[in-house]
Amino acid sequence: MLELKNITKVFNAGTVNEKVALNDLSITLEDGDFVTVIGGNGAGKSTMLNAIAGTFPVDEGHIIIDGTDITRLPEYKRAKFIGRVFQDPMTGTAADMWIEENMSVAMLRGKSRGLKWAIKEADRKTYREMLSRLDLGLEDRLSTKVGLLSGGQRQAITLLMAAINNPKLLLLDEHTAALDPKTAAKVLSITKEIVEESKLTTIMITHNMKDAIAYGNRLIMMNAGKIILDIKGEEKSKLTVEDLLAAFAKAGSDGAANDRMLLI
Amino acid sequence: MDFFNWLNAMPGAAAQGMIWGIMAIGVYITFKILDLADLTVDGSMVTGMATCAMLMAAGWNVWPAMLVAFIAGMLAGLLTGVFHTVMGIPAILSGILTQLILWSVNLKIMGKANQALPARTFDVLLTQLRKYESLVYLFLIVVVLIAVLYWFFGTRYGMSIRSTGCNEKMSRAQGINTDLNKVVGLALSNGIVAFAGSLLAQYSGKADISDGRGAIVIGLAAVIIGEAIVSRMGQSFVIRLTGVMIGGIIYYIVYQTVIFLGLDTDLLKMLSALVVAVFLAVPNLKKKYFSKVKVKAKEAA
Repeated sequence: MLELKNITKVFNAGTVNEKVALNDLSITLEDGDFVTVIGGNGAGKSTMLNAIAGTFPVDEGHIIIDGTDITRLPEYKRAKFIGRVFQDPMTGTAADMWIEENMSVAMLRGKSRGLKWAIKEADRKTYREMLSRLDLGLEDRLSTKVGLLSGGQRQAITLLMAAINNPKLLLLDEHTAALDPKTAAKVLSITKEIVEESKLTTIMITHNMKDAIAYGNRLIMMNAGKIILDIKGEEKSKLTVEDLLAAFAKAGSDGAANDRMLLI
Repeated sequence: MDFFNWLNAMPGAAAQGMIWGIMAIGVYITFKILDLADLTVDGSMVTGMATCAMLMAAGWNVWPAMLVAFIAGMLAGLLTGVFHTVMGIPAILSGILTQLILWSVNLKIMGKANQALPARTFDVLLTQLRKYESLVYLFLIVVVLIAVLYWFFGTRYGMSIRSTGCNEKMSRAQGINTDLNKVVGLALSNGIVAFAGSLLAQYSGKADISDGRGAIVIGLAAVIIGEAIVSRMGQSFVIRLTGVMIGGIIYYIVYQTVIFLGLDTDLLKMLSALVVAVFLAVPNLKKKYFSKVKVKAKEAA
């Protein structure tokens, strides 16, 4: 499904600020894998997601989705395969556009956008059905500017948009970190529902170890641009926070187990 | 001030205002929809004037001359777009570079600093000699232009241009080629500006190399006045574009009135710029003012 082969990314190469963000990183995801990613600040979690999404080119290695090498594809072309939700709820939607307009933009991800009228009555019906499953009352507010919604509502819409047309890969970059605990739980449960229903191959970064354990069928821990722990299936279901902390302490004698990582 | 003289000048002011309103709709596309400040327009306005005037002087019919003016403007916008997206130059600087390039290009188009286009000799569509007839033509042109833009920005592709201006990161994540869309938007915008230029050349009976100086300020003024007027009438695209058009007309009526009041015309450009500066500052000052109020309210509580 998704293959990362020996990915290396160095920021500010050749300067005093040189930072090896991804260090010869390789991983293969199976179809339908729901991977949670944990690791300290600067471990390379977001860099990995951005490398897959094509926000910047990687220095070395190959990124392959379903046999297609996308390493050289620009970000907007990779979007055909990938749905994304960002940490900042403002990033995933266009604030000055209506809910239905945002949905219509997402509907055509990876397709050609011709000069056909963008939103027809039949589309509105589809959007309403999709929005009603969020249970946030947004289905009656199609012509509301997204900028008027709360962060949680915007993040829920972004999630819907990212999952439209069942992308081959769903990338969630700490998408609940900026929300209050109650809203975060709600968005997480919507996430679980959508991912399971459409069997989306998903990578979810989280700072919450309990969530990392509770969600998905596979967990990876990153440190210094490498994957230092990769636990799947049966083994993962038995995992406890203590196990993770122990693994972390072992790997992180260099101080990687910082305060934020310990938020559980 | 002679009131009847002033009243007599109003149809002319309205016609000029509508021409600048059309130009301002071009500015609206970059400034409001794409969120880019594009200074190309000072040059592309004159490119439109010069192209139309020279082609008509060479015996062309007015319609194809206007079409070529539109295309010439699009090419100017294309150049700014390439500077900005392919070469990575900031949008403002890209526009300034193209503007300077166009100064030379416009001189080469005309072969001199100005070209007369007298309505008595040429079969023009608009002229200040026939103000009311010109107003009718302008009104029809404006209706068609707004209808076409309403359709375009309601299409799937048009929607992706709006989303590019609204949130670039989101747009790329949704598979939109944001660089291409910026180039297309800049080309469309400057095409409309040059088209307005071709109308102005006919109406004023001449094209002059310095006619475009400060065009961006007039365009912004019309956009800002228009927003202030229609902001309470809903967010529909048609209403907004109509607002920009009305903004252009109001700008010109005020302009004419100020001249009638005997103001030193040397000061007009300065005053226009200051008015635009004040209006651009209003949203920022409002934010500052209101946040202060909030802090005070909190302290009081």
